[in-house]
Order: sequence, then structure tokens, then C-alpha cells
Amino acid sequence: MTLVATRPEAAVRRRRRLRPGPRITLGFLVGPSLLLALWSVASVTGLLDPRFLSAPWTVVTTAAELIESGRLQDNLLASVRRVLLGLAFGIPLGTLLALVSGLSRWGEAVIDGPVQIKRAVPALALMPLLILWLGIGEGMKVTVIALGVFVPIYVHTHNGLRSIDSRYVELAETVGLGRGAFVRKVVLPGALPGFLLGMRFAVTTAWLYLVVAELINSTTGIGYMMDLARTYGQTDVILVGIVLYGLLGLFSDAGVRLVERRALSWRRTLAG
Amino acid sequence: MATDTRRLIRVEALTRRYGARTILDALDLEIEPGEFVALLGQSGSGKSTLLRALAGLDGDVAGDGLVEVPAQVSVVFQDARLLPWQRVLDNVVLGLDGAAARGRESLAEVGLAGRERAWPNELSGGEQQRVALARSLVREPRLLLADEPFGALDALTRVKMHVLLRRLVEQHRPAVLLVTHDVDEAIALADRVLVLDHGRIAAEQRLDGGRRTTEIRAELLRALGVTGEERT
Ligand SMILES: Nc1ncnc2c1ncn2[C@@H]1O[C@H](COP(=O)(O)OP(=O)(O)OP(=O)(O)O)[C@@H](O)[C@H]1O
Ligand SMILES: [Mg+2]
Repeated sequence: MTLVATRPEAAVRRRRRLRPGPRITLGFLVGPSLLLALWSVASVTGLLDPRFLSAPWTVVTTAAELIESGRLQDNLLASVRRVLLGLAFGIPLGTLLALVSGLSRWGEAVIDGPVQIKRAVPALALMPLLILWLGIGEGMKVTVIALGVFVPIYVHTHNGLRSIDSRYVELAETVGLGRGAFVRKVVLPGALPGFLLGMRFAVTTAWLYLVVAELINSTTGIGYMMDLARTYGQTDVILVGIVLYGLLGLFSDAGVRLVERRALSWRRTLAG
Repeated sequence: MATDTRRLIRVEALTRRYGARTILDALDLEIEPGEFVALLGQSGSGKSTLLRALAGLDGDVAGDGLVEVPAQVSVVFQDARLLPWQRVLDNVVLGLDGAAARGRESLAEVGLAGRERAWPNELSGGEQQRVALARSLVREPRLLLADEPFGALDALTRVKMHVLLRRLVEQHRPAVLLVTHDVDEAIALADRVLVLDHGRIAAEQRLDGGRRTTEIRAELLRALGVTGEERT
């Protein structure tokens, strides 16, 4: 029958309803690109004083010069190294504490309180103490980042653990899963969405705390480069730093989201 | 079981209370090996409570009584209860080591060969329930407990599931206790139909072909408190 084929196109087209619609390729770059366009237009038209904010192309040429002299790479490397070390200590710490506190009432009684207190204290308030204890070297900086990172990992993993449907726990009991298999098959995968959400906060937090650590008594790193530029009034170098921080934050977030989409491919949610 | 080898399940004076409300009141029940028993009862009469007691899932519920059940018990819930983050095959062999081959066979038995690598979310409700059946049967249980396993399915799928369940039970020969609120489902599937009321087995009908099913149906409906020709 040709009845269907002759129907007008509009009637056949599937309704989108309430879902956000199909995924846009590289969609996360749309917003930042718009901002960049705005900034360029403002610079070209002279609306933006270069002493106040350098034009995008000045930033690019400055970045090129910094790369040529090797300064950018050295400082970037120092910063990235701190962040990676901070994550390397903070993520396992947060995950482990969340597991212990999520799987046993005693664990929760011992761990949850101190973590919540740590959460309530601003990171900057801990700096004086950390400097007294650890000095102003790399150890202090990595510690600051790790302490900042473990909190969101803990909070979201713990929350993910606790929101695992009790019906799955019941199922695990009826099929006779042991403690180890229960953790592997039910607890860890069940808490994974929470953990990955925690990761997204953790990577952005890591860069945030890096700035805090690097602006104080540093001789390497992007923060140091920016602080130095401040004393000479070089807004272009400062901007290179800001853009760099932004890019690093953006790409780490995109990286985690990529992992998220792979690891949670079983989920069909609004975002899928 | 210790005293009589013909009994697979022995329940004596089983009492279960929620607060001040006694849900099961000195209930007695016996089931023979390979017997298919359907349990009817009004909503809230305690069918699930009894099933959970047999499955050993009610550790936190007050009560006493004797419950003897075999070691290999499988449970099918009203929801398929598949772990969404495990693929279909992994759900079937959950908790079994090196049982992939058996799991595949079991999936083929329920007509889902080729769907081993699918995620539970990608299956229809009926297919999910079939995976749950495969998960139960791959463990070769001596007792299969099912709490309204087809309650959420449409009428057509439900009839197909009846045929499938009968075939599987004939092959694997577990005893079955099937909770349902559907009198016709109970008559279609069971060897014996029980009605739970006021915390006890209030009525019992054997379906050994001796009597007309219309008669049995009428009596069961009466035991359920349904009068006249209205359907449950
Ligand atoms: N966890 C609980 N806490 C308190 N009361 C409960 C709990 N579980 C069940 N009950 C009560 O026990 C009674 C029996 O519940 P049960 O789930 O066994 O009924 P049912 O026969 O399975 O009903 P349905 O056909 O609707 O599933 C109900 O009145 C219910 O409110
Ligand atoms: Mg019930």
C-alpha cells in the first residue's frame, strides 16, 4: 500500500517530545567559541582597551613566543605534574574512604564526620597550617590539591553507594553472592555513576587548588608565570595563563565525560 | 525433609508480624518435590510475606515458626530485577563461576539466544522477565519461588510466558510456588491452588483432572471473597 508513503512529510516526522534531541558533535565547544567571538569583536572595534585586556591574537602571539623560549612548556609541565600527583593521591583516598564508610555503619560513624568538617573548612584556611607542616615545596602543593580532590570523590561515591537500589542487594542475597563478588558486581558498578560525577568535580577542583597553591611562593608553574606577569603588567601573559587554565579544565572535564559515556553505556538517560 | 523424603518444603506454625499486625498466623504448608503450587490471596493478605519467609529474605521481620526449604532455592520477582550494568549473560550467571556455557544454553531455552551481549535496558519487559527466568533455572533449583512474575506483562505476553514456564518446569522439574492474583493463571499452571486468607491457608484445590475447572474456579473465587460472576 502506498498510503504511508503519500502521507505528508510533516506527519511522518517523529516528534521529539521532551528529550533534549540528538547529540551535537563537539557540542561542548559551542559556548566557549561564542565567548571567543565576542571577545574578538570587542577587541577589533576598540571597545576593549588592550592595557585592560589584550586581544585574542596578541595572546596567541605571546603564547607562541612563550613556547619558543620554552617557558610555557616548563611551567605547564610543572603544573600538570602537580595536578596529576594530587589526583593520584586524592582519588584513591576519596574512593577508599567512601567504600569503607558506605559499606559499614562503623566506617561511616568514624569517617563521615571528619570529611564533612573538612568540607566545611575553606581550602585557603588550611594553607597556613599546611605551610607550617610541610613547608612551601612540592609536597605542600600536592597535598593541597589531594585534599581538595578527595572531598568531591568521597561525597559523590558515597552518595552513589548509598543510593544503590536495595532490591539489588536482595537479589545478591538470593543468588548467594559472597562479600567480594557483591562489591565487584553490585557495589562498584552501582557507585560508578556517583564516582564519575565526583571525578568531574575533582578535575576542576584540582586546577582550582593548583592556582591557590601556585600563587603562593612558587618558582615554577602557570600560576607563577602569571604572578610574575602581574608585577610587570603583562595582561597578555596573564591571559595566556587564564586561557591555559581554562583549556586544561575544559579538556579534563571532557576527558572524564568521555570515560563516563563509555563506562556508563548501559544507562539510557536523558543525556544518552 | 528429615522425616519424610516426599516433602520438599515444610512450614509449621509460621507467624510473621509487622508491628501489631499479624500477617501470617500459625500457617502450615507442605510442598512435594516437583509440585507446582499456586498461591492466591487478596491484596495485602500476606502472599509476598510468605514467599519472602521461604526465600529467607525476611531476617528483620518479627515472628517464629518452622521453615524447612531445600538449599537450592531460586526467586523470580515481579520486576525482572536485572543488574542494569551487567550484560544479559552476566546477569544470568551472576554469582556462578565458569558457567557461561550453561548460561548461554539457559538463554536459548527462554528464546533469547543471540542476546547475550545486550544490556537489560535494551530488552522489552517480557524479554527481561525471560532473562530472570533463565537466571533462576540455570541454578537448577529444587524450589522456584515466583512472586507475581508476570504481573507487569500484557495479556498476550503473559500467555506466552505461561507456556514457556510450563515447558521449563517440565524439563527442570523444580517444585514451584507461584504467587499470583489471577485465578485463571493459577488454574492454567498449577497442580494445586492455595488461597491465603487471614494469615492461613484458607482453601485448597487440586487440579488433577477429576473435576471441571469451571467448578474449581467458582470455588476459588468464593474463597477469595468474590461473589457472583465478577472477575478478579
Ligand atoms: N515492610 C513492611 N512494613 C510494614 N508492613 C508491611 C511491610 N511489608 C508488608 N507489610 C504489610 O503486610 C501485609 C501483607 O503484605 P504482602 O506484601 O505480603 O501482601 P501481598 O499478599 O503480597 O499483597 P499484594 O497482592 O498486593 O502483593 C500488608 O498489609 C502490608 O501492608
Ligand atoms: Mg505481593
